[in-house]
Amino acid sequence: MKQTNIFTMKSPFRDDFAIPGYYFGNGEKTVAIVGSMRGDEIQQLFVASQVVKNLTRLEEAGMISKDHGILVIPSANHYSINIHKRFWAMDNTDINRMFPGYDQGETTQRVAAAIFEAVRGYEYGIQLASYYLSGNFVPHVRVMDTGYQDTDDAKAFGLPYVYVYEPKPFDTCVLNYNWQVFETKAFSVYSGSTDTIEKEMAKMTWLSILRFLDSKGIIKHPCHGGYQPYIFNKSSLHTIVSKQAGLFYVQCKVGQQVRQGDILAKILDPYTGETKTLIESPVNGTIFFAHVRPLIHQHSQMFQILEF
Amino acid sequence: MIKTVVSEDLPVHERLLIYKNVVGAKGKDGKRICIVTGIHGDELEGQYVCYELLRRLNEQTNELHGQVEVYPAINPLGVDSVTRGIPTFDLDMNRIFPGSPNGHMVENVAHQVVEDLKGADLVIDIHSSNIYLYEVPQARISNIYADKLYPMAEKLNLDFIWIHEAATVLEATIAHSLNSANTPTIVVEMGIGMKITREYGDRLVDGILNLLTDMGVWTGNKPTEVTQPIDSRTGDVSFINASRSGVIISALPHGTRVKKGDTICQLVNTLDGTVQEEVKSPVDGLLFTVRSYPIVYEGSLIARIFRDKE
Repeated sequence: MKQTNIFTMKSPFRDDFAIPGYYFGNGEKTVAIVGSMRGDEIQQLFVASQVVKNLTRLEEAGMISKDHGILVIPSANHYSINIHKRFWAMDNTDINRMFPGYDQGETTQRVAAAIFEAVRGYEYGIQLASYYLSGNFVPHVRVMDTGYQDTDDAKAFGLPYVYVYEPKPFDTCVLNYNWQVFETKAFSVYSGSTDTIEKEMAKMTWLSILRFLDSKGIIKHPCHGGYQPYIFNKSSLHTIVSKQAGLFYVQCKVGQQVRQGDILAKILDPYTGETKTLIESPVNGTIFFAHVRPLIHQHSQMFQILEF
Repeated sequence: MIKTVVSEDLPVHERLLIYKNVVGAKGKDGKRICIVTGIHGDELEGQYVCYELLRRLNEQTNELHGQVEVYPAINPLGVDSVTRGIPTFDLDMNRIFPGSPNGHMVENVAHQVVEDLKGADLVIDIHSSNIYLYEVPQARISNIYADKLYPMAEKLNLDFIWIHEAATVLEATIAHSLNSANTPTIVVEMGIGMKITREYGDRLVDGILNLLTDMGVWTGNKPTEVTQPIDSRTGDVSFINASRSGVIISALPHGTRVKKGDTICQLVNTLDGTVQEEVKSPVDGLLFTVRSYPIVYEGSLIARIFRDKE
């Protein structure tokens, strides 16, 4: 393993800012893995660190192909992690809205440019992603429908689901999109939670990355084949939106299979404790996403059910 | 007449409320003009414009021949809590339009706001940069809508009209959402966050009344003359970004006509008492944006200068 600095910068008063990259193997640019780009992506940092740990052991054991190179960037934004901010510490901009970056532009444009310079040209790109709403997902692989995507390769992670989604306007500025434009096969891997460590889902995720690397002959890491994933798009997801606000009392978990009419949660009056709304599943399916905070606004997304 | 545009329940004993004040009446063939501000909770220059415009309209209501709608706080939770974004929601509100009825409450709010504004003859969306940068009064217009919007923007008594490329990220702004729905929308940027610059507010109100007169909506008092703005298509914009992190000491105010080589600010080290760099203008031109917030990282925007082509 070789450690390199992807980007360095002095701060007015904080310790110097540096983004380390961990490089394994000696061969061509095969896989680049980017972990946390936002300050609350702790699960993503944890998963990336475990990938580094596993690859270090595998390299010591001679189990990484000499024909391939793997780059892992566990975190691109520890300045925000260390002060509990989601976005860039100074101006609240989002590094993952700045790609492909601009090395003469504003700070986060420069950070994005340095990351993109380091990770472009790889055959595969894996980003450990998080959602813009607070909540937990079933671990899955997400592939952006840009016309360049490779859905078959996404199956090699062996996670239960592959979600093919259409990019929104802002997606043109995210890493995954730009990877694909520059002919890297890009995957966003969702590891369940964001600002808390969920060990089981994290382990499922880092093992899926090792499984992917093994399936491509990049490492030797004998393991079970994982799931035969279900590939779907937005039309299969049934979104449940709150009609009222209040305390949010959840009675289910992501990944749980539910039948139409099953109680998923209650919305309670915050003063009297009375139940204002019983949230029932409108369909048979799997709980793919669940809001996890104890309060819910009116007209907010609570659950996504992946319909059978 | 005060109307409620949005009412959404918050978890504990409160509603998110967005109000507008409707002055005048559209009538059968009349026009409807909407003034929108407070999408970013830390941008307050528009507050004065709302107050002063309503004050002047109320003084001469018989001279109004259309409908003016004033929305002073599209992000009321942000304005009332000194927060640029929307508390409890991570994304910039002006990056989620046209919104959605199936996302977070805030996306639903954005959807309702757009639906309420659609169909207006003109929307003016007033911003005040952010807490870092001071801006001369200016309009910003995507080049794909320039032909339609420039003739109106040039009547707003502004110093500068910046016609910019249609970056995809800006497709999620309220202005793009409305313009793409055939509701003409001009973005005005002026002043700085967390402050009211009364001179700029008065100028924009003069400009709005000047434009309303031109549209046949207003026959009351209006300014005798308005500023003819610089059209950005007659030159180019230079960006000056900090070459290193540190503290800047400003030397020139925004709006200054600079010469190539003029010192815009000093970048200093306050630990050892040295000047790290004299930041100089690379061109002759109008310093239309200048940094006010002194702390900079490498790459932080310090200034923008417009240079005429000749």
